[in-house]
Amino acid sequence: MQIKESSELFDVIIVGSGAGGGMATKQLADAGLNVAVVEAGPFFDPADPKTMTQLKQPYDSPRRGAGTTRAFGEWDMSWGDWEVEGEPYTHAEGTEFKWWRARMLGGRTNHWGRISLRFGPKDFKGKTRDGHGDDWPIGYEDVKPYYDKLDKLIGVFGTNEGRENDPDGFFLPPPKPRLHELFYINGAKKSNIPVIPGRLSMLTKRINEDRGVCFYCGQCGRSCQIYADFSAGSCLIFPAQKSGGQVKLFVNSMVREVITNEEGKATGVSYINKEDRKEYMLRGKVVVLAASACSSARILLNSKSKQHPNGLGNSSNLVGKYLHDSTGSSASGVIPGLMNRKTSYNEDGVGGMHVYSPWWGDNSKLNFPRGYHIEVWGGMGQPNYGFGWDPNALNQYFGLKSGGYGDSLRDDVKKYYGSVIGFGGRGEAIAYKDNYCEIDPTTVDQFGIPVLKFNYKHSEYEKNQAKHMQDTFEEIIHNMGGHYLGEKPGKDRDYGLNKPGEIIHEVGTTRMGDDPKTSVTNKFQQLHDADNVFIVDAGVFVSQADKNCTWTIMALSWRASDYIIEQLKAQNI
Amino acid sequence: MDRRKSLQTLILGGAAATSGLVFNSCKTENGESVDQDIVASSEKYFGRTPAELERIEKLNAQELFNGHEMDTIAALSVVILPPKEPHGGPIEAEVPALVEFMGKDVPEMAPILLGGLMWLDHKCNTEFGTEFKSATLEQKKQICDEICWHDTEKPLSEQPLEIQFFYTMRGLTVTGYYTSKVGIADLGYKGNSPNVWDGVPQDILDQHGVAYDPEWIAKCVDQSQRNVIAEWDDEGNLLT
Repeated sequence: MQIKESSELFDVIIVGSGAGGGMATKQLADAGLNVAVVEAGPFFDPADPKTMTQLKQPYDSPRRGAGTTRAFGEWDMSWGDWEVEGEPYTHAEGTEFKWWRARMLGGRTNHWGRISLRFGPKDFKGKTRDGHGDDWPIGYEDVKPYYDKLDKLIGVFGTNEGRENDPDGFFLPPPKPRLHELFYINGAKKSNIPVIPGRLSMLTKRINEDRGVCFYCGQCGRSCQIYADFSAGSCLIFPAQKSGGQVKLFVNSMVREVITNEEGKATGVSYINKEDRKEYMLRGKVVVLAASACSSARILLNSKSKQHPNGLGNSSNLVGKYLHDSTGSSASGVIPGLMNRKTSYNEDGVGGMHVYSPWWGDNSKLNFPRGYHIEVWGGMGQPNYGFGWDPNALNQYFGLKSGGYGDSLRDDVKKYYGSVIGFGGRGEAIAYKDNYCEIDPTTVDQFGIPVLKFNYKHSEYEKNQAKHMQDTFEEIIHNMGGHYLGEKPGKDRDYGLNKPGEIIHEVGTTRMGDDPKTSVTNKFQQLHDADNVFIVDAGVFVSQADKNCTWTIMALSWRASDYIIEQLKAQNI
Repeated sequence: MDRRKSLQTLILGGAAATSGLVFNSCKTENGESVDQDIVASSEKYFGRTPAELERIEKLNAQELFNGHEMDTIAALSVVILPPKEPHGGPIEAEVPALVEFMGKDVPEMAPILLGGLMWLDHKCNTEFGTEFKSATLEQKKQICDEICWHDTEKPLSEQPLEIQFFYTMRGLTVTGYYTSKVGIADLGYKGNSPNVWDGVPQDILDQHGVAYDPEWIAKCVDQSQRNVIAEWDDEGNLLT
């Protein structure tokens, strides 16, 4: 089969349309460049009523919202989850990693939690701080101007609190706390744990005429039809097209590899068109990979040539190494003070926490080197499949029997509605070279592309951190007068520590650095081994902070895009 | 079809599909209007991908329970959660249809449901010489009383089938009711509709013995200014 080559020569080919790819599309197209965006999934627009799940009622579906076909529930706006049909991944024996892939325009930004935290000055200098991991080749001052511009372009609510490692920004005003959040604030205060307004990218106030203002349905995970939350399609790619940019979208197009020439420079990418299952080639002057940390590593490792026998950008042998995810451990409690609630009002709020706790501890006095933040959930949410399943299971915490039947079940459901508060600890793991993904030479996906094999184990630091999370949650639940639900996980269950990958913040596979022997890209996210290939997803992270990665992916993608424009102008690439 | 053409069709198709919106303008309690065009829940679509729709059609074409079994499910569901004015019960909530669909959607549930229904009739015949659905309410309750308490200390899968069956049926009945139109009305859930959140009402704060910290509230959104475009000074202070 002859590979069909495009006649058009693009200035830039961007692989992936999520946070990193979306931002690169916006910046490069706005600069007048001719851009091709190659996305493995279909087109998606949150405003399309055919695919929309926002404001659906549970009874609109025969399964009432159950998660049979979507891991986070039927309304979650991610096409693809831990499994994507026909696209497996494998594991080294005795190790675990869960890999979430969203195959659609905008990728995972369509359903993400919108928690938008800047990294702080300490987060870029981990090794200097405590000797673990490595420092980034850049510091907060390099990224700050981009965070500032990002806040204004995309919109994020929050407050300036003057905290050293949780920098101030240009925030929209936050929504008022909900009832359970007031209980949380009081409970955390008793343990001297700080609580501040959440920082999420939803528009509590108008930022331009193209996007709507939040109407508080609490369903950002379903992607907002009036674009009041951030998704890469609605907030970056569509605006780039609307302002006249040259953006050609290639959807249902699965990139196999980056093509390089005799000099080792990229000339384009090859991809499989999922509709006719044939291979095509796109030609471009610059290739920008934004397929997600692991997918971009996979593409690089699969891009073998005479000039790059080890895979593109892999002369250091580090592509795929230093893979790390945020740590996570969760708990919930039933709070008597939140029982027997009046349902006289709508408290959906935004689709996420109105308040949270940034890291407060002093790691030099703890048995784990890095911190975590606490996310809080609760309230009288929309009932979906599973609601009321075991209607009086909570009776066991009040000396009452669970089970039975009859009219009293109605009273049980109402008594406990909105009485449970949940906590998620999200922390920083240390990046280790020994945690990695590589190509599994024995397995290909349905397009014939070799797949990834994961090799990832938690260290004791992550487990110690999870223990601290659990102890903290228990203490706060008791402070609120509540009961910890279920059995508190102990050492035998790694203190409830989530499997690697489950927090969906995987980073580090193509890390940046000044030394080509110890890093894959330079500080402008340009491959050391091929100067016209850039990576703008979380692969370039040297370390994931106790923050969420999306805001930093976008700030860095914007910074890398500026560099690409500058280098093209200077005819350096 | 030419590759480029098919792509353009696909992309235009997505954008053009925004026609046929149902507009919903909403004035909220505090008088701030949500002045945006918001698509109301559509009966025609519920956001399924083509593959998901295909799965649903396939399941709908299969029959898991016969007519007698469906009648028995209905009869048991109204014992579990008796109907109550003004918001009806499991029948109005279409619980039997949900039981049938989930039994197919989650195949592990099917043997518990099928086996449990057989057990129910066998037990009822042995005790009262009649099928469950034709038994009196007192007889039905007598049978349910024996199987409605599970051991909370033990995994459900290690308990007798009839206990697992009742637990599953109660779960499906209660979740089915409270995810239906009548059940949501009974619960009183007010969400899933456009509104402007402006904090917990005072009577609720009083009931639960909490209060807003004035300093915190001063930083929160002034909903009367929500439609005024945000502007900041160089320090990040919001000016509008």
